Amino acid sequence: MTRHTKPTSTFTTSELLAVMASRLMTNGQIVFAGIGVPLLAATLAQRLFAPQLTILFEGGTIGPFIVPGELPPSTNEQRCTRRSNMVLPITDVLLLLQRGYVDIGFMGGAQIDRFGNLNSSFIGDAENPKIRLPGTGGGNDISSLTNMIVAMKHEKRRFVADVDFVTSPGWLKGGRSRAASGLPQGGLWRVVTDLAIMGFDEDTRQMKVLGLHHGVTREQVQENTGFELKFDDKIETTALPRAEELEVLRELDPQALYTA
Amino acid sequence: MSIEPLVKSYSALRHETLTRDRGLREKVMTLEEAAKLVHDGDHVAIGGCTVSRTPLAMIWALIRDRKRELVISRSITSTEGDLFFASGVSKHVITSWFTQGIVWGVSKVMRHHTENKLAKFEEWSHMSIGLRYRAGAMGVPFMPSRTMLGSDVGKRVGDEIKVMDCPFTGEKVVLLPALNPDVALIHVQRCDAYGNAQLDGLQFMDIDMAMAANKVILTTERIVSNDQIRRTPDRTRIPFFTVDAVVEAPFGCAPHECYGLYEPFFEHLDYYAKISSQDPVKGPQQYLDEFYYGPKSWPDYLAKLGMEALLDASRRGRSVHND
Repeated sequence: MTRHTKPTSTFTTSELLAVMASRLMTNGQIVFAGIGVPLLAATLAQRLFAPQLTILFEGGTIGPFIVPGELPPSTNEQRCTRRSNMVLPITDVLLLLQRGYVDIGFMGGAQIDRFGNLNSSFIGDAENPKIRLPGTGGGNDISSLTNMIVAMKHEKRRFVADVDFVTSPGWLKGGRSRAASGLPQGGLWRVVTDLAIMGFDEDTRQMKVLGLHHGVTREQVQENTGFELKFDDKIETTALPRAEELEVLRELDPQALYTA
Repeated sequence: MSIEPLVKSYSALRHETLTRDRGLREKVMTLEEAAKLVHDGDHVAIGGCTVSRTPLAMIWALIRDRKRELVISRSITSTEGDLFFASGVSKHVITSWFTQGIVWGVSKVMRHHTENKLAKFEEWSHMSIGLRYRAGAMGVPFMPSRTMLGSDVGKRVGDEIKVMDCPFTGEKVVLLPALNPDVALIHVQRCDAYGNAQLDGLQFMDIDMAMAANKVILTTERIVSNDQIRRTPDRTRIPFFTVDAVVEAPFGCAPHECYGLYEPFFEHLDYYAKISSQDPVKGPQQYLDEFYYGPKSWPDYLAKLGMEALLDASRRGRSVHND
């Protein structure tokens, strides 16, 4: 794994994402977390205000405590099992989503559209792709079965009107289309970026801005989005990352493997 | 190659199983002998996940034996997928995610082969792959499930899944076809000469895979006595009668990890990522020449990884027992 040096700015984009996402967690929740920012955010919440939050990893772990400085390269290594309550086969940990034991699914994203559909399979046409991406992994399962948080960089090329390929379903074509396609449960709940926090309109299921990060304007968010964003009636400004939040993140990831 | 049905008929499945020698017999052999149990065109399921408990010693032997047209399936595919493509051993990988690992970026080798249509990466959701093995293990033709609906992942596999209305509730469910691989390759921490296997840590999809397959090749860090297995039968995860070959292969997952024994060889994996991304054709070829075709034996391969790297990976691997 590539080692990075510590950033000199006050905080990095990934640190901001991890802090903002961690604040969306609630004590006592069961959180199915992907690698990188999701793992850091869930662990941060666990350390600071949600001691009864349980992390599940796709590799099959229930309730591990990550050892600072020993972050796993995926959710499938022994580093994911430290001080966990149980290890399960992959299929069975994913079935916990289907059975309904999980409150939040939490992952990163490569490309997202106005209805919160995620693409991690193909850039361009699937039959003649410009780029073949790694694929769904558990993304399709997690997003089909539970309420999701996605953390990603806010860039125009990543926020598009329609994704090239629906790897992980959000609200599909909006309205009731998700339920009609056979996905009656879950859905995309929050999108956390380095500029804003977004949710989805209850009826149309279109993405709308709920909060802006400190110093960010509506225009700036719109400029970095490839479709017309809706804005909630009450837009909040999020509080800057606090020193204690950043301290915990840097203690967890001293080599800035996921926070550079 | 004959065109086989997507789901094996129940009578064919039972017949194959019935004709296997299921007696309590020793089946210890070398990597080279075990490689002969795999035939060109076979569907080979690979145990472990990403860089964990990958049966790399057996994969190494298959690549050296110049197998052809293998169909590979695995929960998540890492560097071994690159090497299957680059060596020409397989042009078809069935998996949910295919790249060395998120920290190393998207695999250029996978991209080269799939974008130029030299090979196929057949994408299923992770749970769906698992449920396909499970259906295979259960001896049923399909498993109902609730994902891959509404998405292009489901649409792209086309006729291989069916959507139906549940006869009890009327809800939409997906029917996933059972997967009964010709061979499963599984690496474990210990087993006896009969193939009773005990594995520590994360199990991934290995148990279902072993039960589903028509043949299982076990590689193991150590072969222990049957007496030792019988003292802790509750720890045995794979029963001997599903197993066809036992090969003792210490560090059999290197440079990937084996729970409780060694962690990934990060520097070596950084090196592989570097050369394979610089040139997705020459990079893996150079790697195969140096580490796969060049070494005289598995110990010779380990010597190439280096004593320092082996000891460092072991120190980190065993650290889970230090708390």
